[in-house]
Amino acid sequence: MPELRSETMTVNMGPQHPSTHGVLRLVLELDGENIVSAEPTIGFLHTGIEKTAEQKKWQQVIPLVERMDYLGAQSNSLAYCLSVEKLIGLEIPERVTWIRVLIAELQRLSSHLVWLGTHGMEIGAVSVMLYCFREREQLLNLNEMLAGFRMFPSYIRIGGLREDLPRGFHEAVQAFLDKFPAKLDEYHKLLTKNQVWIGRTKGVGRLSREDTMAMGLVGPMARAVGIPYDVRKAFPYLKYDTFEFTVPTATEGDVYARYEVKMEEMRQSVSLCRQALSRITPTGQFDCRDFRYVPPPKDRVYTEMEALIQHFLLYSQGFNVPKGEAYVPVEGARGEHGFYVVSDGANRPLRVKARAPSFIACQALPKMIIGGLIADVIAVIGSTDVVMGDVDR
Amino acid sequence: MDASSPLDLLRGAVPDAAIQPLPSVDMPTLSVDREHLLEVCAVLRDDPRLQYALLVDVTAVDRLPAEPRFEMVYHLACVGAAFLTAGATQPAPASRLRLKVGLPDADARVPSVSGIWPTAGWPEREVFDLFGIVFQDHPDLRRILMPDDWEGYPLRRDYPVQIRKDAASWSPLQLTPEEFARNVRAGHDKAVRRAHPAVPKPDGQ
Repeated sequence: MPELRSETMTVNMGPQHPSTHGVLRLVLELDGENIVSAEPTIGFLHTGIEKTAEQKKWQQVIPLVERMDYLGAQSNSLAYCLSVEKLIGLEIPERVTWIRVLIAELQRLSSHLVWLGTHGMEIGAVSVMLYCFREREQLLNLNEMLAGFRMFPSYIRIGGLREDLPRGFHEAVQAFLDKFPAKLDEYHKLLTKNQVWIGRTKGVGRLSREDTMAMGLVGPMARAVGIPYDVRKAFPYLKYDTFEFTVPTATEGDVYARYEVKMEEMRQSVSLCRQALSRITPTGQFDCRDFRYVPPPKDRVYTEMEALIQHFLLYSQGFNVPKGEAYVPVEGARGEHGFYVVSDGANRPLRVKARAPSFIACQALPKMIIGGLIADVIAVIGSTDVVMGDVDR
Repeated sequence: MDASSPLDLLRGAVPDAAIQPLPSVDMPTLSVDREHLLEVCAVLRDDPRLQYALLVDVTAVDRLPAEPRFEMVYHLACVGAAFLTAGATQPAPASRLRLKVGLPDADARVPSVSGIWPTAGWPEREVFDLFGIVFQDHPDLRRILMPDDWEGYPLRRDYPVQIRKDAASWSPLQLTPEEFARNVRAGHDKAVRRAHPAVPKPDGQ
């Protein structure tokens, strides 16, 4: 009788696997159901946005960068605009700052809702997806109201905002914020004490504090292992130090801990939205009124020659940004998110480089899944909340 | 913000290194020579007064036609009380630092910092992929975003924005049947890998 032979099996998970959030390919080596080695392969969605950005004028880069992390679109444009404004040295009025805080927090809610919905669906809780997308739809409606575009509004511009808030925006946001906490309780009822959910997530995909920091994982991933690092607290931008909020943390560092952290983050975001909304006057200044960088108001364009000329100059030649470089990160839905922009003094960037949290999280996937079961891979990918547009750019 | 504190500490700890402060608008910026990059980075991470435990990003800028043409840019962060590095008892103040290393066009290679911050692995692969800068002692220097057989380095300034040539990525991997069988048996770690032509061979050729 021949001897029984045992060997490991190589399995390609993705790039067309429904649970890989797009086009992530994982080459897994399996010993039975246990994972012996794993290698993420990326690049399937590489569209050369950074190269394209070098050909565009400064303001034209905004729609491009919004398509990187497509679930947190306005966190991209916010980070990009903050960096360019830092480089120019623009003073942004307070009202614009509060509107940006409101947008950033609504964007975080919208991104976390997609995360929760898809994460739940991948582990088998399909109804969670329907619940979450129901609320996300309302957030997309708010975007549509704001800018006429649901996914990529390009509403945040260098020097301020594209236009003033639409009529009725306050009431619409207020109505959403009034309803949302009850919906959040619904998600908790569906999952937090659900035995199947706990069984699939507790103790899965564990990371240590040291590994988390060494792998450069920040944001919810770091807070789930007890590193309370939040860009909003450590390096405040948009005057976040004048808002009251806490940074939720957990200690276990597993998939369930990440779930707990993000759920609490949504509650904090609602509170931040309320605070920001109370500071925003319904009408008022919406850009820095430095007409070297933002177009003059329409009534002046139609009545004054100089304003008309400036309007044409801005839309045909753009503006020049002084020589130098800047990097101003924001706390995106997936962690520290920033754009390193370099200018050689021209009306086009010399280099735009995104610090993409999903890219860094993808790199750490093998650390979390090796030694686990193949079924847990899906739970881990869901918990890292990678967006392939952000990974491949 | 001034760069005096990290600068003085570094000049004391690595006296041979050519460390210069550079003007900047957002965070202290230092330029370092590549010969002393690893020593400087080790001090930045391990010194209890600095504790730059987080390597935020690694990237490069092509300054063609200036020389040195390439500029490696490392963004570091100390996250303050949120995380203490091994051996530190007191948190260092939360701060950011930018390190720059100039590289000449003819010899665009730099030591890899992935031994100090493991997170540098993929960002360095990306810089290699898009700029063609070679990282010495990198554990796995392969293309990451572009296809393995791509010619040229897309983010260089002299690389065209639009190319009309088809990518040759359809061509099969040239492995002999023996190598293929060996790969299947050997498992993942020992598999034969075809290194990219630009990657230096282990013997330095």
